[in-house]
Amino acid sequence: MEAIGVLMTCPMSLYLEQELDRRFKLFRFWNFPQKKEFLREYSPSIQAVVGNATVGADADLIDSLPGLEIVANFSVGLDKVDLEKCREKAIRVSNTPDVLTEDVADLAIGLILATLRRICESDRYVRTGMWRAGDFKLTSKFSGKSVGIIGLGRIGLAIAKRAEAFGCPISYYSRSRKPDSKYRYFPSVVELASNCSILVVACPLTNETHHIINRQVIDALGPKGVLINIGRGPHVDEPELVSALQEGRLGGAGLDVFEHEPEVPEQLFGLDNVVLTPHVGSGTIETRKAMADLVIGNLEAHFLNKPLLTPVV
Amino acid sequence: MEKIGVWMTCPMSSYLEEQIDKRFGLFRPWQASSKHDFLRENRNSIRAVVGNTEFGADSELVDSLPNLEIVSTYSVGLDKIDLRKCEERGIRVTNTPDVLTDDVADVAIGLALATMRKICVCDRYVRSGLWKNGNFELTTKFSGKSVGIIGLGRIGSAIAKRAEAFGCPISYNSRSEKPHPNYKYYSNVVDLAKNSQILIVACCLTEETRHIVNREVINALGSKGVIVNIGRGPLIDEPELVSALLEGRLGGAGLDVFENEPEVPKELFGLENVVLLPHVGSDSVETCRAMADLVIRNLEAYFRSKPLLTPVI
Repeated sequence: MEAIGVLMTCPMSLYLEQELDRRFKLFRFWNFPQKKEFLREYSPSIQAVVGNATVGADADLIDSLPGLEIVANFSVGLDKVDLEKCREKAIRVSNTPDVLTEDVADLAIGLILATLRRICESDRYVRTGMWRAGDFKLTSKFSGKSVGIIGLGRIGLAIAKRAEAFGCPISYYSRSRKPDSKYRYFPSVVELASNCSILVVACPLTNETHHIINRQVIDALGPKGVLINIGRGPHVDEPELVSALQEGRLGGAGLDVFEHEPEVPEQLFGLDNVVLTPHVGSGTIETRKAMADLVIGNLEAHFLNKPLLTPVV
Repeated sequence: MEKIGVWMTCPMSSYLEEQIDKRFGLFRPWQASSKHDFLRENRNSIRAVVGNTEFGADSELVDSLPNLEIVSTYSVGLDKIDLRKCEERGIRVTNTPDVLTDDVADVAIGLALATMRKICVCDRYVRSGLWKNGNFELTTKFSGKSVGIIGLGRIGSAIAKRAEAFGCPISYNSRSEKPHPNYKYYSNVVDLAKNSQILIVACCLTEETRHIVNREVINALGSKGVIVNIGRGPLIDEPELVSALLEGRLGGAGLDVFENEPEVPKELFGLENVVLLPHVGSDSVETCRAMADLVIRNLEAYFRSKPLLTPVI
């Protein structure tokens, strides 16, 4: 398989690069500043693209790779892949579900606790010697608070399971009610937001879910409410979120994703009721290795004419 | 009951001060120019002491209050009360169990997540603009890791229940084995540490448990192990902990308590694998209010000759 050209869109995992290098002819897109020249010369030999949440396979890229057979994503989210174009051209698509579910759910709970109990602020309080001057302020209890989840897929369910252990009543919004679910269903995001203290975004990013968190939803969540986003930045109308936090119309936010990563609205930096992480939801050593192995497994399966491990298209 | 003198050892809750003031005669020694004189002048009127984790009813205080009948502590821990002396003199003692269990367990899980996923370091990374230069490092997964708990009382059990929802196998050490079907018992702390990746200290501080986490236990936990302390600072040999962290013999630590609060070993401030909190385990608005109400209700019950709500002695 060493003659098979695989284009990696951006740096995402040294381990994955190594493994791809060993099995295929790996092209590191970011090493070629003249993208058009690169594509003209090498595109005939490129049969696979490996993309991630930052740089995927959009229409332009797919069109410039006439030999493309498979897009193997180093992510579970597919918002950066032009799925329709892939279907048209019979290009296979795979992603990395399941292996990252726990890590992302863990981070959601970590963000909730860090936001409500002011963990990062408290840690700063100790490190700057302020504890000597007096006790830290009182914060907000997490256990028992109502948690609303947008999207009850693998990640949403894993978050629900964890939050239940903290005695939190769980409710959700989904494209359709889940008949087997014991959790309370709300037919709209505004109703969900009106009926929970902590709102967690855990659905895929599609045209329909773009800015699913808008001013109306934020106002419904309210000055005591907390928003947690471990989905995609564009799920949230970011300027609206920032002004709501600054004006006290929203109680707090724990955010792992942003509309224009790695840009983060600087107005958030001065707020003590937000916790900001740099899209690390699946960023553990264990999980990134498992994701990389899944990418390799899907590529090998495809080129050996075996069934894909985790096909999307 | 306005004539009944209640001595509050230090500022701990303005809500509690208000409530005691309304019902009893409240003595606030920290407002006097000389605590010593204030005590001498008023000692005979004092029939109750309200203490906390910082200043309790130690031998000296109990001895200087000839008419002391009840010590109602604003804490669940009793390490700052001379229990033996109280028992000898027939002085009743109450504490604040149960109402703070959830909050403390929440902080334990929050510390484990913040330490392993480097949440506070991430937040600093974003706020300082470093994300623009590159992605954050990979961290360590929490879900599924083996959790060892020292002390399986109310708080230890609440921690176990939460950790279970993250798929963590639970083991514990306690003065006696509990009939729990899923948790594995270890009769000594070194074995518990050897068989855990995350060691959580959740037992009472007594003469027997002082420095229960010593060099041997820390070495057994090892360079990939993480320790979380939401008990009392003196449960851990602090200098040993610090050198283990500096030398890499211990993987990380999440600490809410220290041997000489509010002093915290400065060597810890430069480490990214520790999270340091200023003893905030039970410090949510909701829980502090519930703790204060419990102190008041115990005092009222006593002086109305009714059964105490949460008696220790």
